[in-house]
Amino acid sequence: MPAVEVSDLVKRYPKSPVNAVDGISFAVEPGEVFGLLGPNGAGKTTTIGMLTTRVRPTSGRAAIGAIDVAADPVRARSLLAVVPQRSNLDRSISIRRNLTFHAAYHGVPAAEASRRADELLEQFGLLERGDVKPDLFSGGQSQRMMIARALMHEPMVLFLDEPSTGLDPAARLFVWDRLRELRERGVTLMLTTHDMHEAATLADRVGIMDHGKLLALDTPEALMRGLAGSSTLELSVQAQNGDLPEPLVQALGQLADVEQVEALHDDMPDADATERRVRLYVAGDASQLIAPTATLLADRGFALNGVDLGTPTLEDVFINLTGRTLR
Amino acid sequence: MSATFVSKPSPGPARAPVPHASQARAFTAVLRRDLYVTGKELPVFLAQVILQPLFLLFVFGKVLGSLGYTQHGYSDLLFPGLLALTAVITGMQTLAFPLVVEFGWTKEIEDRLLAPMSTALVAAEKVLFAAMRAMTATTIMIPVGILVLGSIPWRWSGFPLLVVALVLGSLLGAGLGLVMGTLVVPQRINIVFSLVFTPLLFTGCSQYPWPSLSRLPWFQVVTACNPMTYVSEAMRAALVPEVPHIAPWVCIVVLVGSVSALMAVGVRGFYRRAID
Repeated sequence: MPAVEVSDLVKRYPKSPVNAVDGISFAVEPGEVFGLLGPNGAGKTTTIGMLTTRVRPTSGRAAIGAIDVAADPVRARSLLAVVPQRSNLDRSISIRRNLTFHAAYHGVPAAEASRRADELLEQFGLLERGDVKPDLFSGGQSQRMMIARALMHEPMVLFLDEPSTGLDPAARLFVWDRLRELRERGVTLMLTTHDMHEAATLADRVGIMDHGKLLALDTPEALMRGLAGSSTLELSVQAQNGDLPEPLVQALGQLADVEQVEALHDDMPDADATERRVRLYVAGDASQLIAPTATLLADRGFALNGVDLGTPTLEDVFINLTGRTLR
Repeated sequence: MSATFVSKPSPGPARAPVPHASQARAFTAVLRRDLYVTGKELPVFLAQVILQPLFLLFVFGKVLGSLGYTQHGYSDLLFPGLLALTAVITGMQTLAFPLVVEFGWTKEIEDRLLAPMSTALVAAEKVLFAAMRAMTATTIMIPVGILVLGSIPWRWSGFPLLVVALVLGSLLGAGLGLVMGTLVVPQRINIVFSLVFTPLLFTGCSQYPWPSLSRLPWFQVVTACNPMTYVSEAMRAALVPEVPHIAPWVCIVVLVGSVSALMAVGVRGFYRRAID
């Protein structure tokens, strides 16, 4: 049974002419990291809102495990946890109390809650700050604390809304490491992001959303592989007399899958006067062309100094699907 | 670093309704959180709830009386009115202001809205907690009254009615707070509070008995519209029955009706804020 299942889910807010979420369907397997990628206003947060009982679906079904979220929100809440984009930590009580009271709301016995709080505070590097109130925390620390709090009742599915938006690079890497650890332990993670790098780094599968619709859904690799002609192979070639002969360029262009060849003109030709670079645009997997190009160059007496593979990013996938950039 | 407890991802297809016990556990845990915070901020809580009635009591009951501007016995009819005022205002303040902030700004309430309990129970906990604070504050006013006035009107035969008025007055305040807290957006809170608070304070018959207003009929009508009036009148019926007052059964009927109406509106507002 999937950990999260959504079918024909629709949300239309009152007074809105369009559906915020417009009939989407997908399933997330237990232990999977699932990313919803899309620009602001794509319907990601509304989708998460419906799955986490805070937004009432207009039609369709959203389920956590076997529980229909709209029909039995109370039970669904015991299976899920939410890490929102902005801190909603309880400011009246210490960090440690934030954890233990959260556990108490979910019926975790006090002794067990205390043990888990110690463990999580240590794991999230905040053991010595447990008695501090959340007011004094930085954005990164709040984010860490909200993840720790969410884990106090051992949720089956953890929802994270833009988990690293607004974090500095170090805090972002810390959060990513913690999320990878959770995946290793089998927690199902569902995250929204408008950061394609985050989606590609963390998610097993990515759903690309825009205007409330799910445009594509696959592993990041498959999504990027699907973009024909946007892989590139860049060759650094040792040219005897400082130039690449035209027949060589033509021969490269006749290799299988090569769509276009472009000789690159270095901005700094003095750096190494005899090295020339050429870029091949490839349909499919560019790495398959490394061996044939090396052979071709060697046959004609050119030395290959280096290769550089360029793969399309999720951003390219998004532009391809929607005709516009993520931001 | 080797936490092992997050390792049971599949609780299986559980279809039975959530046991009431676990909802009750969540409810008491949320209430315990509120009591814990109040306990930690006890001096602030006491100052917040006692200061206003204390000064009203001191100036109107003691100072004006000592200077001869009020008749002898005025403090006896003022004191029950101030009990009513404390109950209603404390209940309202406890709920309204924090609710506006939690829903509109800090979003702190989200952790409780995602606890395994129905949304109505989250609202019910807020009401219960506000009523508890209101009753505590009002009870504290009794020794404060003895301290300031030297003696307070007291009759044990009126005690049951006093308790009924106390409970209904506290719930009335909580109901007003729930309605305001869910209807008002944070940007408007200051305006709404001053527009509601001051009229409520002075038209609730806490400083004068309602029947005596027959000399000022228009104001008598205005005060009859303020449900706090019926708390004040019931308190007077309990403690100083010799002062003309509205019949206790009328007060109770009006208060039960007002509390029910406010709860119905407030819980609807709470749902609207909690679930899109």
